[in-house]
Amino acid sequence: MATDMTAQSYGDVNLEDPVSGRELLIRGNHDFHYVTEAVCSVAEMKLLDTPKPWVFGWMLAVSVLAFLGSLILYLIWEGVGIWGNNNPVGWGWPIVNFVFWVGIGHAGTLISAILYLFRQKWRTSINRYAEAMTIFAVICALVFPGIHVGRIWLAYWLLPLPNQMDMWVNFRSPLLWDVFAVGTYFTVSLLFWFTGLVPDFATLRDRAQHKVAQVLYGIVAMGWRGSQRHWNHYEKAYQIMACFSAPLVLSVHTVVSFDFAVSQLPGWHTTIFPPYFVAGAIFSGFAMVQTLVIPARAWLGLKHIVTIKHIENMNKIILLTGSLVGYAYTMEFFMAWYSGNEYEGFTFINRMFGPYWWAYWIMMSCNVFSPQFYWFKKLRTNITFSFILSIFVNIGMWFERFVITVTSLANDFLISSWDYFVPTWVDISMFIGSFGLFFTLFLLFVRFFPVIAIAEAKSVMPEADPHYHPPHDDHPAPAAAASA
Amino acid sequence: MQIFPRWTNEIPKFAPPVATVAAVFAVFVVWFWFSPKHTDVGYAPRQPIPYSHKLHAGDLGMDCRYCHTNVERSAHAGVPPTQTCLNCHNIVRKNSKAFALLRDAKHLGDDGNQTKDENGVGELKAQGPSVPWLRIHKVPDYAYFDHSAHVTVGVGCKSCHGRIDQMVVVQQQEPLSMGWCLTCHRNVRYFDDRGYEPADVLRPLDQVSITDMTYGKDHPAYAGWVSKAREKAKTLRPPTVECSGCHR
Repeated sequence: MATDMTAQSYGDVNLEDPVSGRELLIRGNHDFHYVTEAVCSVAEMKLLDTPKPWVFGWMLAVSVLAFLGSLILYLIWEGVGIWGNNNPVGWGWPIVNFVFWVGIGHAGTLISAILYLFRQKWRTSINRYAEAMTIFAVICALVFPGIHVGRIWLAYWLLPLPNQMDMWVNFRSPLLWDVFAVGTYFTVSLLFWFTGLVPDFATLRDRAQHKVAQVLYGIVAMGWRGSQRHWNHYEKAYQIMACFSAPLVLSVHTVVSFDFAVSQLPGWHTTIFPPYFVAGAIFSGFAMVQTLVIPARAWLGLKHIVTIKHIENMNKIILLTGSLVGYAYTMEFFMAWYSGNEYEGFTFINRMFGPYWWAYWIMMSCNVFSPQFYWFKKLRTNITFSFILSIFVNIGMWFERFVITVTSLANDFLISSWDYFVPTWVDISMFIGSFGLFFTLFLLFVRFFPVIAIAEAKSVMPEADPHYHPPHDDHPAPAAAASA
Repeated sequence: MQIFPRWTNEIPKFAPPVATVAAVFAVFVVWFWFSPKHTDVGYAPRQPIPYSHKLHAGDLGMDCRYCHTNVERSAHAGVPPTQTCLNCHNIVRKNSKAFALLRDAKHLGDDGNQTKDENGVGELKAQGPSVPWLRIHKVPDYAYFDHSAHVTVGVGCKSCHGRIDQMVVVQQQEPLSMGWCLTCHRNVRYFDDRGYEPADVLRPLDQVSITDMTYGKDHPAYAGWVSKAREKAKTLRPPTVECSGCHR
């Protein structure tokens, strides 16, 4: 075999490839250059040629963001009394929104780090979106605890900085752990995202037609030349970053769940919270990826790069994590009964049938029942259905955090202190405003960034195989030669 | 295709350490130059009447409590009413121009006699404007501080205000920051392992007056008091890390 590299041995190599025989991740008979063109054409569009729907959408998002900004000024001026938070519900929508957004961020890290380490090649078409979504979702999340501290000008007290008060952060408080967990998560996610972007920024730099674009892409490309040595360092750096990020998928939402689980409140004080929160976070994150990717792939003309295969794979994860969350809900009920603790028991019965029954059943229907449709291949490969269901999951996961936060606080040990939580218009507007922030950033990303990891997507194409022969008339393809 | 000169390759190498140093420096700037140790210590405003604590408390040897009467009984030491000044100064240098504000406050004429109202009747008019003394030692509203609690256990005036008896113009000697309060509150009971000597801040009230500005390591009463001060310190319960001890 060493002496004679026959067509037979080509066939052997192809057969040993575990991916061979599976569905192509990038459809159509395209070469490398085609992928570069498909991805870069969006970012390279002239500013004045920007599609009208994008301009309209971005303006809308910026207006909503400006509204959020003015509401935050109003909050600083007036104080947290403008929210519906009351006594006993001291943690209202701001915390619900924080957990909601942080949770969404988790799919990005899962796709970029864990699927990478497990060599799941289908991640390459969607990881850039998911990582961008992570960064923007964490930014949205950070807004809420930042403004929830009340006296915003003292928000730096969250950090252990030396000061004349000799005042140190409380290391026994899970709220502080949260600061570190989310801070680490944001930093690592941002670096990971950026590392992956460097070669693609260099592509955009080299193709740039305009001086300004060339300089701007040139700065972020950090002098990337695409040499063998560069790629060698890059792959190592990317792997190291992936190893840093992988534990964060588990740790961040674990620590977020400690905000609740470390307290003594029935409905919060349970050991199931960390895994349950992590599953929920991945669940909500993948739903949000679907919500964003399904329209984006259509509008940007990337349907053959983000294929139905990708959508289906994500739907499978949604089914898995949705069922895990359903298991956690059930197990919470079981433990409430099994513990024999009357407060715990009451809390869960109260969740289901108490004053917030509607929120509980929205949560159950959206999070537990609706993903079960994905047992059917027909439904999980239906684009429209996937999009609609992803919206339902987003709604359900917001309500999960609402149910956890509000029901436990509103009806605690002392009946005389019970109260019903009603959000004010400011609560609702701020939540909508956070979507303005998110979409302002996301639309900028879609317009000016390489939305697909170009270099990585190429690596899963047949052309990436060193033994690949493009089919020619005068030179039969290896498979044909092998069978001959 | 490279669009930047070669030396720009060095920027990514130096940017992270420079950014780190800049961040640490920014924290240092706030910690050092924004602290009351830097902003408040040495505050010595010109008072409306050039009252000299050195003359009164130092040279003449007046007791602090002659003017700051409430210091042993209340949270506030108190700024004396105009009448306290006039106890002496309606005789001593009563016509001095420096006392114009005192006379205004009491509706006294330049001759030191009470002015009559417009009907010529010798009745005292309503109270005039107080002397607008400027406060120097100020703890924020949200920090509860009680003079009596400190004075009655033997923390002398000097510990917080310094040698007032030597100041012609009073100035702030200590930062009065939260960290400064806590150095004593945290350590006074734990002298064994923290090298904090209670006798430095607590004085033997039966031997040394609370207003005695000379009390310190050189004071004759100090040596015999050290061990007793330690005993006494153990009985004290100053608020330490309980926020509500001072932020009530």
